Amino acid sequence: MSDELQAAAEAKPPEPTVPLAPPGKVMAVTSGKGGVGKTFVSANLAAALAKRGQRVLVLDADLGLANLDVVLNLYPKVTLHDVFSGKATIEEAIVQAPGGFSVLLAGSGMVEYSRLTPEIRADFLRIIHGLIPRYDVVLLDTGAGISDVVLFAVSLASVVLVVATPEPTSLTDAYATIKVLAGQQHRANIHMVINQTARLGDGRAITGQLQQVLDRFVVTEPGRGVRLIHLADIPSDPSVRQAVMRRQLLMQTLPGCPAALAMTQLARKLEETVIKSGR
Amino acid sequence: MQSVIDGLCELSLKDPMTGLANRRHFLSVLEREIDGVARSGEPALLLMLDIDHFKSINDTHGHLAGDQVLQAVARCLSRCIRPMDTVARYGGEEFAVVLPNCLVSVGEAVAERIRMTVESLMISVGPSSHVKATISIGGAYAPAWVRSTAPLWIERADNLLYRAKSEGRNRVCIDHQQAIAVSAEEKNLLFGHLALGEPAWLERVAVEPASGSVSGVGE
Repeated sequence: MSDELQAAAEAKPPEPTVPLAPPGKVMAVTSGKGGVGKTFVSANLAAALAKRGQRVLVLDADLGLANLDVVLNLYPKVTLHDVFSGKATIEEAIVQAPGGFSVLLAGSGMVEYSRLTPEIRADFLRIIHGLIPRYDVVLLDTGAGISDVVLFAVSLASVVLVVATPEPTSLTDAYATIKVLAGQQHRANIHMVINQTARLGDGRAITGQLQQVLDRFVVTEPGRGVRLIHLADIPSDPSVRQAVMRRQLLMQTLPGCPAALAMTQLARKLEETVIKSGR
Repeated sequence: MQSVIDGLCELSLKDPMTGLANRRHFLSVLEREIDGVARSGEPALLLMLDIDHFKSINDTHGHLAGDQVLQAVARCLSRCIRPMDTVARYGGEEFAVVLPNCLVSVGEAVAERIRMTVESLMISVGPSSHVKATISIGGAYAPAWVRSTAPLWIERADNLLYRAKSEGRNRVCIDHQQAIAVSAEEKNLLFGHLALGEPAWLERVAVEPASGSVSGVGE
């Protein structure tokens, strides 16, 4: 992790976000630490939003080490890689996922894109511009850590969801990510999704704890500190493991389990707060 | 009277031997820079420099020669820097340079130029005797967006100075990364409770976030 932190620090701050889309349309799901369920949250949130009638596309923005294909058990012939290299159009690369939403998968050839070049920035922007008119929500499933690619992808989103688990390593990395987003991107609001909580209320307490430390250590302009908004606790639930191992969407296979219900509620909350109001 | 006060202020900030900033002044500059970096995220570089084999210069040529070497190196360092930079005598034969707004990509070149300039000096220590001196340099960038502490920053630069020494002296070692560190204090505040077994923070953090935030799932 510290390598990632340092690589991010070395990278120049991303250029200011282009006024791309109505606020609330492009959302980034990021984490800090890998393996906290970021892609799981992206995919199931997309399914939950789709169930509620939203037109959703998930873009696999983890160009280097994409996992969305594994989670969804989808291996399309045409991927984002072909769009980047000009071999295919965006339309050809969009795939329908089982949960009723669309995906743009990175494909295995994307390792060469793990460093952010001006060309990649331009391609990325072009693709997102192309997606905006067609969807209600574009979810960017970013890579773990805070590499320049992750920061760039996040910079394109008007809403940032940080996924963390209650483990110390995950909290530290989430904290470091939030610190960078507050500092480099001057984010005023960051939405928190705490995954694998043991008890109701844990997520809110963790978010409060993070907020306290941020208030104390992260220096922003006076009166403009970063505010964490606790969105959801996804409870620890054996059904999640079942779905993941079967490589199915939790929202489809076990829609009534506690974690799936929490996903539905997360989707509803996003609809009520950021998607409609565009906050 | 004013000139006396000015004179005393000057004295309190300067190292008498070299005319450079003294340690106290250096520390206050460093504190100010930490604050600036925390607010701006600008890259700031701290170099710690040490004259190589200074003891043997003293032993061979005498302490007076040693002083002349210190002064010559100090003059040289002052000429190598920008007006916004601060050179200080940190102690003994150790110097420190604070370089605000120094791009990560140029830090090494700046330090290397200082090293080469000192290496090229012919320092006169007597009517017909000259000595040459070399320096080792360690450098570290301040963590961006974070309020670090002077001791931590100095320690990182000092560790790199130590590495430059152990790799053979007369060289530069710089930590290119402008580290975004999560300090031990921050970590402790984040999850210090976990070590206690019982999450006492559940009670402590009962305060609701600012209005406008949404409530937790299931509540």
